[in-house]
Amino acid sequence: MPSPWDNIRDQFPILDQKVNGHPLVYLDNAATTQKPLAVTRALDRFYANDNANVHRGLHALSMRSTDGYEGARARVQAFVNAEAPEEIIFTRGTTESINLVAASWGSANLRKGDVVLLTEMEHHSNLVPWQMAAQRTGATVRYVPVTGDQGLLDLGALDKLLTPEVKLFAFTHVSNTLGTINPAADLCARARKLGIVTVVDAAQSIGHMPLDVRAIGCDFLAFSGHKMASVTGIGVLYGRRALLDAMPPWQGGGGMISSVDFSGSRWKPSPERFEAGTPNFADAIALGASCDFLDLLGREQIRLHDGGLAKEARDRLAELPGIRIIGPDGERGGLVSFAFEGVHAHDVVTFADEDGIALRGGHHCNQPLMKKLGLTSTVRASFYVYNERREIDALVASMARTIKFFAG
Amino acid sequence: MSADLSDLYQNVILDHNRRPRNRGRIPTANRSAHGDNPSCGDQCDVFLRLDGDRIAEISFDGSGCAISQASASLMTTQLKGKTTAEAENLYKEFHEIVTTGKEPEEISDLGAFAGVHAFPARIKCATLSWHAALNALRGDGAPATTESHKD
Ligand SMILES: Cc1ncc(COP(=O)(O)O)c(C=O)c1O
Repeated sequence: MPSPWDNIRDQFPILDQKVNGHPLVYLDNAATTQKPLAVTRALDRFYANDNANVHRGLHALSMRSTDGYEGARARVQAFVNAEAPEEIIFTRGTTESINLVAASWGSANLRKGDVVLLTEMEHHSNLVPWQMAAQRTGATVRYVPVTGDQGLLDLGALDKLLTPEVKLFAFTHVSNTLGTINPAADLCARARKLGIVTVVDAAQSIGHMPLDVRAIGCDFLAFSGHKMASVTGIGVLYGRRALLDAMPPWQGGGGMISSVDFSGSRWKPSPERFEAGTPNFADAIALGASCDFLDLLGREQIRLHDGGLAKEARDRLAELPGIRIIGPDGERGGLVSFAFEGVHAHDVVTFADEDGIALRGGHHCNQPLMKKLGLTSTVRASFYVYNERREIDALVASMARTIKFFAG
Repeated sequence: MSADLSDLYQNVILDHNRRPRNRGRIPTANRSAHGDNPSCGDQCDVFLRLDGDRIAEISFDGSGCAISQASASLMTTQLKGKTTAEAENLYKEFHEIVTTGKEPEEISDLGAFAGVHAFPARIKCATLSWHAALNALRGDGAPATTESHKD
């Protein structure tokens, strides 16, 4: 039987191009992944055949569109193994999903004296919304420390930090800077024992490994379509039904009320309560197509592929002079971050671009962590299903040339 | 290496990056300003001792790419001894060099930054320290951020 992994690059026509005279080597997948034809064609088909607003038309196209949108919700529900489709709320992405929880759950549940527990490795999108919620409610934010360059959470410190004042614990599943895979199920179990609500930022894990919200045991989980082979502008908030049903809306508008009169309105249940206005149904349908695409490849195989490339890149880069590699020696997500003594990340990225290699350099929306590690920026190479070992050769050769140039 | 890239990383720039001049806070400074580029995390502090209207001493501190560090270092060597008006004019010339690639009117190391114009994303790297210096000269102590001015 032919495997969907054979000829996988044919699914991604964007990869077949030259940049600055060299074949494109796209290693900026943690920022956004490329989209397979299976997904862009699903979007084309929808616009060519079925497009109409959802939930309100009684005509054929609107019913097809609504079926497509609700079908995508059921597809995502199965993809993360949620109990019910009502637990899947479509958003613009991870950032909006976390802001939804911080605004809605936060305003209903956080009081002066309460603590929101985060970790030192959070992306700004799982940090700033909580700082804002704390400011509004009088709660305080505390952080689980990260242990040095290995980038693991200090689990000893965690038990001391899980005090009765902690109402919510939000953490990233896979760090976008360190590549660390946090033990999400264990972290949620510790919090749940104390009645603490948990939020998992799955932006960097959802497209790269099997993920099951019931096995993790979280209350909320957020991710973005564009980091899992889908399009921009669509994302998901998973929430446990009992919590969602007790939460107030966060935006008002059409589609989320069961009745409105001039003196007030009553809310529909989830998910409509949290999807005011015309939802992004077309891109939700594209997200459903991405779930199919990733399941066809097999998410366990994707984990082995991406993690394997990252580990190999790590080991080979480690041989370069003056390099400092950040993140765990052991298992890691599909990315590796590093810094060179005396050469700034942006200069490295500019040189790599000359060789047709797309990398990310900077603070990766992780400024507090960078400060803690005594770094201002790192270079990051991140891998996805279409990357190949020969691209690690190109990466290592380009890095070697760059350090030689700057060493003078 | 492509012509564009070797134009960007001129020897003058590499030299200032490797051996920055006037780096660190001068204890006698009577003016200072901070600059930052939030999109890439570059930071730059400029310290001045103004004697009347003349820059008697100037230094910088900060972190960033080779272009930003070299630009700050070279700027300190160019601004020392200048009046506020002369500094403003020099910045106008520098700005034109980095945005258009035009060579300076008189032979000057500032010409080394002409290659920046081919990399529009790096123009802010080259101008950050200049904005901090001009803010310090204006004496309003306002922080310079690349988000609130054009280049
Ligand atoms: C760990 C993590 N969380 C959150 C985000 C934010 O995702 P988005 O910008 O799609 O909302 C990112 C994206 O860079 C991320 O890497």
